[in-house]
Parts: sequence; structure tokens; C-alpha cells
Amino acid sequence: MTRFVAGRIGFYTLIAVLLAFFTIPLLWLATAPFTSDPTYEVRVPDFTFENFQMIIDHPYALWSLVNSLVLSIGTALLVVVLSALAAYALSRVRLPGRDALLYALLLLSSIITGTAAMVPLFQLAIELNLIDSHTGLILILSGGLLPAAIFMIKDFMDSTPKSYEESARVFGASPLQIVAHVVVPLVRPGLATIAVWTVANVWGNFLMPYLLLSDVEKQPAAVIMYTLYTEGGQANLKVLSTFGLLYSIPVVLMYLFVSKKYGFRFHGGIKR
Amino acid sequence: MAQVTSPPDPVKVVDDTTTARRRYSSDAAGLGRLRAGAFVAPALALIAVFLVFPALWVIYLGLMNYRLTGLAAADPQFVGLDNFLQAITDPNFWDSTWLTFQFVLGSAVIGQVVLGFTIAWMLRDWRGPLKRIVEGLVILAWILPSAVVSFLWVALLDRDSGTLNALLGIEGFAWLLDHPMLSIIIFNTWRGTAFSMMLYGAALGNVPPSHLESARLAGASGWQQLRDVVFPHIRGHILTNLLLISLWTFNDFSPFLLTAGGPDGKSEVLAVHVYKTALQSGDLGYGAAISTVILLINLVVAVFYLRLLRSKK
Repeated sequence: MTRFVAGRIGFYTLIAVLLAFFTIPLLWLATAPFTSDPTYEVRVPDFTFENFQMIIDHPYALWSLVNSLVLSIGTALLVVVLSALAAYALSRVRLPGRDALLYALLLLSSIITGTAAMVPLFQLAIELNLIDSHTGLILILSGGLLPAAIFMIKDFMDSTPKSYEESARVFGASPLQIVAHVVVPLVRPGLATIAVWTVANVWGNFLMPYLLLSDVEKQPAAVIMYTLYTEGGQANLKVLSTFGLLYSIPVVLMYLFVSKKYGFRFHGGIKR
Repeated sequence: MAQVTSPPDPVKVVDDTTTARRRYSSDAAGLGRLRAGAFVAPALALIAVFLVFPALWVIYLGLMNYRLTGLAAADPQFVGLDNFLQAITDPNFWDSTWLTFQFVLGSAVIGQVVLGFTIAWMLRDWRGPLKRIVEGLVILAWILPSAVVSFLWVALLDRDSGTLNALLGIEGFAWLLDHPMLSIIIFNTWRGTAFSMMLYGAALGNVPPSHLESARLAGASGWQQLRDVVFPHIRGHILTNLLLISLWTFNDFSPFLLTAGGPDGKSEVLAVHVYKTALQSGDLGYGAAISTVILLINLVVAVFYLRLLRSKK
């Protein structure tokens, strides 16, 4: 009996320690934005909203969130359209060398990371005149995310019934019409997954925009956040904390949306 | 006679119709190879230009004395394996490799795996809000943008008014300056445990409860149950988990956001080392040579992982 009690006490102590370990670093983000004079220390906030006013007045803060949005949506659109087309063709038509191609794609996407490819990508962006260009960055990010996206969406395509496409064909629909009006509605959950996955990836990506965008007006929130705490003497903690919170909220909302709607699923496990 | 007029080989006919139907139904929309190729081409073109080409070019760059500025920028020369030789004779490169090894071993192989498994194991029979809160917090640390969580840790570990020093009741202890490696290892453990926790959570769901039950009835202790019943069942998951998080941690750039490799290169893992030599000091050729080494290590781990996936199927 005492052993059982000791075990329970040990169990709950461990849970409490784990909870503390995962909570304490996050507390500052929850309190500092609402404190009128935040320091590094976590304190009970006095629930002011002045700091949000400072974000509105800040020359780059809000724009950087817009930039993040442009990059995320642009990449998500490109990745969803191109990966859906490619995955559909690969799922339905036995192209020569298909299996080798899929294997190569999976291999490539896991070995060519931002870290390994930063030097050539930087050079490539200079040569192609893609420095400081949102389009250029979207193309580069898409190239990196597409292999995993094709792989994931092909899974969805493989498991949808083909009878709808057959009947549509019997009624004389063209292949493109079939893809647009029959296949896309069927795999919509898959497309949504890819879109959210892409947005989450691009929204949090620091390295690529940091390398390729030097114009502060074009930089996304990840880079501005870093600039705010590394450059120019004393960091402005009001701006920093509030901006960090605003920049984090969309990610949390997206996670809640996905886990509510589809449940959190595992896909092959590729994260860049 | 009926037998003569009937199809010569009924079995074969059935076979033919099913393969015919399968062939027809597999290309249900009637794409044909040409249009299928056109569907695949745009994606492949982007992948070729922005993923495959850089990977090949990095090898070429590693053989040149490319620099960001100066004479070698305008007219780079072929230098063969000089960059690679320079790397293996450079103590900074070996320091960096050793630090990367510590980082991967400490934060991924030990930190994330042990913590992730512990949480999954402790919560395995739980339902309800407490489980959701614990899991939610662990996942939150994983999904927040790296620029944000890095700053949260800068605030936590601050020398003068950081929360950690306040909690421990010590003053003026500069974690990021005095123990930079320990800091980024604990940080990355905190950051990445969610993936292992979810993977082991799913894996433990596959261990038949009856096996655990009979082990318990036979008087096995908690540790014996783990060793003899649970681990043999989730061996594949453990290996998958180890390979993936090692690969990710090896390529992780977020230590840069926390310590920028400092002080004095004491936390300069290879990812940061490449950035500093190639893009800050401008030695692109040497940086490319180190990138090639990273690519090769990635390749070994990834091939190993894919073979594992295949053997499972």
C-alpha cells in the first residue's frame, strides 16, 4: 500500500515537473504583451492594450505579417495546385519510371534541407535576380515542399474510388473537367491538409527569407522578430512581446482547426 | 458440343477481362500518358530547378574558390579538393562537428526520445482534460514559430531578470554565455519532444493490452513489462523516430536564433558554421564543401530510413 502511494506521488510529481518545464517558457508570451512595462521577468499583467497600439504605429511590424501572409498563401496555392496535378497523374497513369521517381522525390526532400542547400540557393537567387523578390522566394520554397506534398496527396488520390471518374467520362467530360469537378471535391480534405501544412511551414520559416530578402519592407514576421531582438541596443520588449503573440496566434488557430476537423495525422514525417 | 463452343479457357478469359478493367479503371479519366506527363511536368520543373539543381551545384561550388566579394568572386578558379582538405585540417570544422554530435545526441536521441516516450507512457491510459492539457502544451512548443520560441528562451535564460534565475534564486548567472551548448540542447528538447510523444502515443496504442495483462499476472514489474512486452512491439517505431529526429536536429538552424553560434563558436553547430563561413565571411567555396558533407550525412541517414520503411511494407 505504501509502495502504491509512493508510486502515485512520484507519478504526479513527475507530471507536475513536466508541466512546469513546458509551461514556464511560454508564460512570458502570455503575460508580457498585456503588461505596461514588461521586463524579461514573468509578472502578473495589468491588462493594458497600449502595447498593441505600438504595433500599429511600428513601421514594419504589421507589414511583415502581411508579407508572411503573402508568402504563405502564395506558396500554398502553388504547392496545392502543382502537387494535386502531379499526384493525380502519378496515381492514375502508369508513367514509365514512376516508382523510381516517387522514391527519388522522397529521398531528395529529406536530404536537401535549407541547411545543406543555403549556399547554392543563395547563389542561384543572385544569378536569377531573385533576391528581394517575393515571387522568387515562393518558387524556392515551393520547390522544397513539393516532393513531400506530392507524396502526401497521392495517398489521398490512391484511396478515392475511381467509379465517379468513369461515369463522368461516360457522359463525355474532358480529363481536365473530370479533375476539376470530380476529383478535387473528392480529395478536398487532402488538399486542405497540404494547404495548412504548407502555410505552417512557410509561416515559421526563418532561414530562407533571412537569406534571400534584405529589404526590410519585404521581410516576413520571422525575420522582423529576429531583427527586433538582436539589433540596436536595448530590445523594445513591449513591441517584441506583442508582436510575438500576434505572429503566433495564426499558428495556434490553424492547429486547433486541423486537429478539430481532421484529427492530427501522421504523414511520412517530412518537415523542413 | 457445349464444351467446344464455349470459350477455350474460361479462367484465362476472366483474367483478361479483369486486367482490362483494371487498366481502364486505373486511368479512369482517360488522361493518357501525354497529358499525365503534362500534369507532372510543372511540379517536376520546380523541383528540378530549386531542389535538385542546388544539390548538384553545391558539389561543383565546393570544388571552386568562390567568394562573395573580391577577385575570386569575379573569376573563380577550379581548386579541386582544396576546400575539402581545408575542412578536414581545420580545427574549427572538427569542433563544429563535435558540437553537432553533442547537439543531436543530447537533444534528439536522449532528450526528445526519452521525454517523448515517458510522456506517452505515463498518459497511455488517461482520458480527459489533464491529458489534453499536457499534450497541448508539448505540441504548442513544437508548432510556435522558431523566431518566437527562441526569443522566449532568451527571456527565460536572461542573466539579470530571466525567469529561470528568479525561480532558482540565483542572480547574474548567464546561461547562454556560460553554458551555451547545454542551453541549446535543453531548448531543442523542449521544442521537439511533441513529435516523439505523438509517435510513441500511436505506437503504444498498438501494443495488445492482453500481452501486458498476462505479463502483469505473471508478476512482471513495470520495467520488465516495458522491456519484454512493449519494446519488442514498438521497435520499428523507435528506429523510425530516431532516424527522423536525428536528421531534423542535424539540419536545424534554430540554435542560430538563440546563440548565433557564440560565444566564441562554443555553440556553432554545422548548420550555423556553414552560414557563418559562407554567407557572413563570404567564403562560398569552403561553405559549399561543408554543405556537401552535410548532404552526404543526410543521404546515409535517409537511405537507411527508406530501407526501413520498405522492409516494413
